Amino acid sequence: MKRLFADIRLITSKDLKIELRSRVLINQVAPFALIILVLFGIALDADQKSLRNFASGLFWISVLLCALMAISRSMTIERDDEALVGLNLSGVDPLAIFLGKTCAIAIQLLILEIFLGVGIILLYRSEVEDFWLLVSTGLFACIAVSALGTIFGFLASGLGVRETLLPILLLPLLLPVLIGATRAFDDALGVAAINGWNWFAFVAGLTVILTTVGAGANYLLADN
Amino acid sequence: MTSSITTASKGSKILGLTSLVGFVVLVLLAFFVTDPDIRFHPETGEEFGQFDAVRLLYLHVPLIAVTYLAFVVCAIASAGYLVKRTFWWDSMAHAAGEVGTLTCALVLITGSIWGRPVWNTWWEWGDVRVMSTLILFLLFLGYLALRGAFVSPQRAARPAAIVALIAVLDIPLINRSVEWWENRTLHQKSTLSELKIEDLTLFTLMLGILVALLVMSWLILHRFRVAWLEHAEFEQGIKTAIEERRQIDNED
Amino acid sequence: MTHLGYLLAGWGLSSFIVLLYAFRLIKRGAQLSKRVPSEHARWISSPKQNSG
Repeated sequence: MKRLFADIRLITSKDLKIELRSRVLINQVAPFALIILVLFGIALDADQKSLRNFASGLFWISVLLCALMAISRSMTIERDDEALVGLNLSGVDPLAIFLGKTCAIAIQLLILEIFLGVGIILLYRSEVEDFWLLVSTGLFACIAVSALGTIFGFLASGLGVRETLLPILLLPLLLPVLIGATRAFDDALGVAAINGWNWFAFVAGLTVILTTVGAGANYLLADN
Repeated sequence: MTSSITTASKGSKILGLTSLVGFVVLVLLAFFVTDPDIRFHPETGEEFGQFDAVRLLYLHVPLIAVTYLAFVVCAIASAGYLVKRTFWWDSMAHAAGEVGTLTCALVLITGSIWGRPVWNTWWEWGDVRVMSTLILFLLFLGYLALRGAFVSPQRAARPAAIVALIAVLDIPLINRSVEWWENRTLHQKSTLSELKIEDLTLFTLMLGILVALLVMSWLILHRFRVAWLEHAEFEQGIKTAIEERRQIDNED
Repeated sequence: MTHLGYLLAGWGLSSFIVLLYAFRLIKRGAQLSKRVPSEHARWISSPKQNSG
């Protein structure tokens, strides 16, 4: 067990270190997120009221689009020099590789969520009514997205068409997470009179299920 | 008959013929023998109902049944592949997945055509079943895209099996979430239960399901055999390539 | 008959798509079987072809 956590930390810190050095997140994904927010604003005719009403949906669509980039990026660093094969042969538990990469993507997504959150507050004039609902939903949903994303990244790794394949495989499966997280945010931002904590509970349940499914799928993929 | 081999066999020919005859009988029953759905309002006595549009349900409902069945077959075959790791299971999953995606598309098309006169809309965002079916269709489009992305059928087998299983596990979650998302749902109860189901209506529906099952089996059977031949051709290609290589080496 | 256009569209389109798919399967199968030796097609049961 101790070994597992050490391995997870090893993989996570390896990925984050590569990310820090290459600065893809800061130089490319974050500006991309900002561009999406601005594009939505322009496409929806910059009507402040509708932007505020749709803010949670726009936020989560932006997160999903950025997640696709982050997952792709996370797999690209393993594809060079067949690093994933080396990693699998190194004796590190496959579960640790899966969880480690999931953690690394989740941490990057969390940073992006904070960035996007500030973005919708400033640009769309959203008002936070329930801060902790926002934080907890953001945390759990991004773990769910990362876990499933990592598995599909592994599944499609080695394919030249991964960048185009990943969205059509991943996005329909993430629909429940999108629905749950959007509804919870609707409540937290005060645009819908619903019980957001119920939706948070749903998202948290999904996170547990999807991470377990991911670990199971990872086991099947790694087993020869 | 020519001596060339095809994907047909004696069994599949009988199956195909039975399906065709069944389909003709189904069309006759659905269009000419069964009554249109006309009901009378208990107080005003006004006519209402689906009228002749109900005849689309004799196609739509059987298609739904075989779509779900095909995806169940796909999931079972995928699990079978992961246990047995043989090409038979993989081909079966592929065949069922592809045929299921086709019938799922037909469910959406016929549903939309039926919905226009009855619900007065081509597309109903407020209906759980409509939305879940669309997501299901999208999931399996992804599944087929993943299969198509691999050059070698062997390498596609395991990822595809895993994706099929994840997709099937995700279906209940999608269904739940869509249902909660729409607390404004219009059509909670099954539209079928509103109809007065008479013996003839029920018989036509059952016949429809039977015919759809036969057609689906025919399609899966042939798709399976095509996959089998594709596999054999791929193997043959590798064998020929190795032999050619060997000859070149011998000449050197 | 009411809604005749919808009925014809629904039934017609569905039958057409299924027939098209079935036809393509048969064609693809015939194409492939020219290139693959018959021992791979184990659903062939006539003795003449089995011995070949």
